[in-house]
Amino acid sequence: MENLLTAILINGLLLGTLYAIIALGYTMVYGILQLINFAHSEVFLSGAVVAFEVFRLLGPAPDAPPGSGMNPYLVLVIALVVAMLVCGTLNVLIERLAYRPLRTAPKLVPLISAIGVSLILQDVIKFIEGTQGRFQLAVNVPTAFTQTVFSVADNNIKVRDLVLIVVAAVMLFGLDRLVNHSRVGRAIRAVAQDRVTAGLMGIDANRMIALTFAIGGALGGVGGVLFALKFPNLDPYSGTVPGIKAFSAAVLGGIGSIPGAVLGGLVLGLVENLLGVISSFSLIFPKLAFLGAIKAEYKDVGAFMALIIILIFKPSGLLGRSTTEKV
Amino acid sequence: MNASPLLPKRAGPGAPDRTILLLLYAVTTGLLLFYGTGRLVPGFTLPAIAVSFIFAAFLGSLLLAYQWRAATWAKLLVGGVGLLLVIPDIGRGNGSFFDLAIQMCIFAALALGLNIVVGQAGLLDLGYVAFFAVGAYLWGVFGSGQFQTVLKSDLPYKPLGVIDWGVPLLLTLLGAAGLLWLRGINRANPGSAKPGGGVRAARALSVLLIVVGVIAALVLVATLLTAAITDYYTGSPAALEALATGINPNFFWLFIILAVAVAAIVGVLIGLPVLKLKGDYLAIVTLGLGEVIRVFANNLTKYTSGPGGISPIAAAPVSWLDKLADALKFPPEQFKLFFLYFLVLIVIGVVITVNIRLARSSIGRAWIAIREDEIAAQAMGIPLVRTKIMAFATGASFAGVMGVIFAAKQGSITPESFTFFQSISVLTMVILGGMGNIAGVILGAAVVTWLNLSSLTALSETLQTLPNFNSNLDPAKYNRLIFGVILVMMMLFRPEGLLPSARQRLMMHEDDPPNDTSPNDTSADSSGDDASSRDATAGTLNPENAAEVYSPGTATQADNERGGGTR
Repeated sequence: MENLLTAILINGLLLGTLYAIIALGYTMVYGILQLINFAHSEVFLSGAVVAFEVFRLLGPAPDAPPGSGMNPYLVLVIALVVAMLVCGTLNVLIERLAYRPLRTAPKLVPLISAIGVSLILQDVIKFIEGTQGRFQLAVNVPTAFTQTVFSVADNNIKVRDLVLIVVAAVMLFGLDRLVNHSRVGRAIRAVAQDRVTAGLMGIDANRMIALTFAIGGALGGVGGVLFALKFPNLDPYSGTVPGIKAFSAAVLGGIGSIPGAVLGGLVLGLVENLLGVISSFSLIFPKLAFLGAIKAEYKDVGAFMALIIILIFKPSGLLGRSTTEKV
Repeated sequence: MNASPLLPKRAGPGAPDRTILLLLYAVTTGLLLFYGTGRLVPGFTLPAIAVSFIFAAFLGSLLLAYQWRAATWAKLLVGGVGLLLVIPDIGRGNGSFFDLAIQMCIFAALALGLNIVVGQAGLLDLGYVAFFAVGAYLWGVFGSGQFQTVLKSDLPYKPLGVIDWGVPLLLTLLGAAGLLWLRGINRANPGSAKPGGGVRAARALSVLLIVVGVIAALVLVATLLTAAITDYYTGSPAALEALATGINPNFFWLFIILAVAVAAIVGVLIGLPVLKLKGDYLAIVTLGLGEVIRVFANNLTKYTSGPGGISPIAAAPVSWLDKLADALKFPPEQFKLFFLYFLVLIVIGVVITVNIRLARSSIGRAWIAIREDEIAAQAMGIPLVRTKIMAFATGASFAGVMGVIFAAKQGSITPESFTFFQSISVLTMVILGGMGNIAGVILGAAVVTWLNLSSLTALSETLQTLPNFNSNLDPAKYNRLIFGVILVMMMLFRPEGLLPSARQRLMMHEDDPPNDTSPNDTSADSSGDDASSRDATAGTLNPENAAEVYSPGTATQADNERGGGTR
């Protein structure tokens, strides 16, 4: 039982950190444009694909003796930087081409455009990798990252888990400095609060929105690289479900709120892992045996149920400000 | 929302002359009947992609038939000949076109259902295909050997314990208590004044109780039914063996009716807790629930037989129709398609009629009012939750019926038919055709289905005959790309869809110079205007001033000022 609880706790926190990083991209864009950037799940997957390519090109060959080739940490840093650049640029391009022309349109219009971009990106990724016959991407994770550092109650903590925590912490710290303690950050917050008035104060709203997309995309790229380390088997559609869940995390924490996204991510990760061990429920309640062999997919059910229940009781999310409706 | 192909056409002075469409109709019909299937010149057939395009042009000329400047009888004649004679005849030569026509009708009904939810009531539902799945699995389980498998795992009959019926009964009673509690709360806090946090929490709790109660009641009914059924089949093993290919296929008719009810109930159950949410929140929650239903379809192996899916699924036998098909020299393997084709034609007729009647009823007006401005609608005395749930349940029931037919047509169903991408496809149909406009939605469904099932596969078939063709570039593999491009391009350049309703068109072009949306201009502008601008007036008190009443400026103003937004 103790082992199980620590497993839930550890895996939940790791997964939650991953969700938090991805959720930040959703919540920042939503905060400034009130738009669900559906394409963010593919932006983040692009980060994972970048990681795949970098590890494929620079990482050690599968049959090479351990320790040969480039330093794996250097490769990781390269992957992170390239992913941040690629995904940030991609997100800015998406904003420029698919969202900016629709800024004054009714809300459903940019949302559908976002869904369209998401579908396009899925098949572009499929095309880029597919022309070389790769429809399933198995990331060549260096063995240095899969070694166990220490164990807590029989649960192995691997190097990649520590990498995930450290990188996430650095990113969150950097984001906090940028958004809350810099001129640019103040400008972004001003545009999010009131675009027109911010414009009157001399802030270029379009630039700030583009910058927000760049930051969100870069975070998504980092999230993608970390995701690829933790879940090395990818395909062009594997961004959707984590993307939806990360967005759920953002909503859970209160959309538009940066600490909310982090909290929501952690809560969602924990709840999901808790539900993942539902098999122990069917020991307690034999009547639940009809739910079938317990598969990881039930985690998704738990995640969405948690989302619905929290939204029923607190429609603005855990840390969100409740907005009063004006008539 | 409003335009109806069934309206008698009053051809105004500005009505465009579309004789060219009649020509197109005649030419495509001729080509399809003779060259497409290689009947006139033996050995010579057009390439698959050409036939596919001719078929599309033929359907296009049919779908636009209602816009001709011609007498009603002429239009009915053209439509009737096209639907009842030409398509079955093509289908006889090439069964895939029959299949395509049926799929088009199925998805048209789905799109019309989603159109009620998204287009009329303005509730963005991204998990709509869940209701389709409910209908499909409802018939899938009973119309195949799956039912026998379920029974066999339940047999022999086990008497019910107190807990088996007691717990659901208790929860049901709790739900009833919740209902009473909610009424009490509402009576104590009349009006729409902003209630305190305690009252809101109590309300939410009581709603939760009610939902639990309804689910418990369903579980109770299911438990008792299961007990009764297993009791019966324990007594008669011969009856159990007779279920090897499912229950008597004549129950198909019953299940079509049943699917309406079950899908509507599921719609209400899903709707009750989530319809208090708005806009994007609703979108993400419905998306999640759609995924949940798919996860259940994947994992409730006992009932759905998991990712492998259920097959074969029976369809109702209609012997006189089979005889007719035989007399018309249809190959026997197409009897089922022949029957289902006419069935879907009837069902889609019913669906369109229901749509039109609803759009013009007080409920339809209430939906539009909620879509435009929830607060104002509430102030006018529209019960928000009840009206929204009505939209959800109506849309769901269309999907449920078509789910049953889909299961019967495919003969097998897997959870893969009910993914998020399918929901998006149906949404694409609604958007592409023109949200809120019945003719537009049908057009959208036809185009998307054609892209998905006919043109892309035909294109890849044609391409594969080329030398040095890289199979990784097969266009059929990249249908998402094409859908995505359609969605983005439509949103950028024509967000109101191909055949928009007047109201949508006005709303989407609020920034354009005013003469673009003036009533005089409408007839010459785009193809759908003649019908749709007149229909928009159906919703107003003063038909002469439709454009003024739905002033685009006013609509945007309300939109920009709203905090959360409803769309």
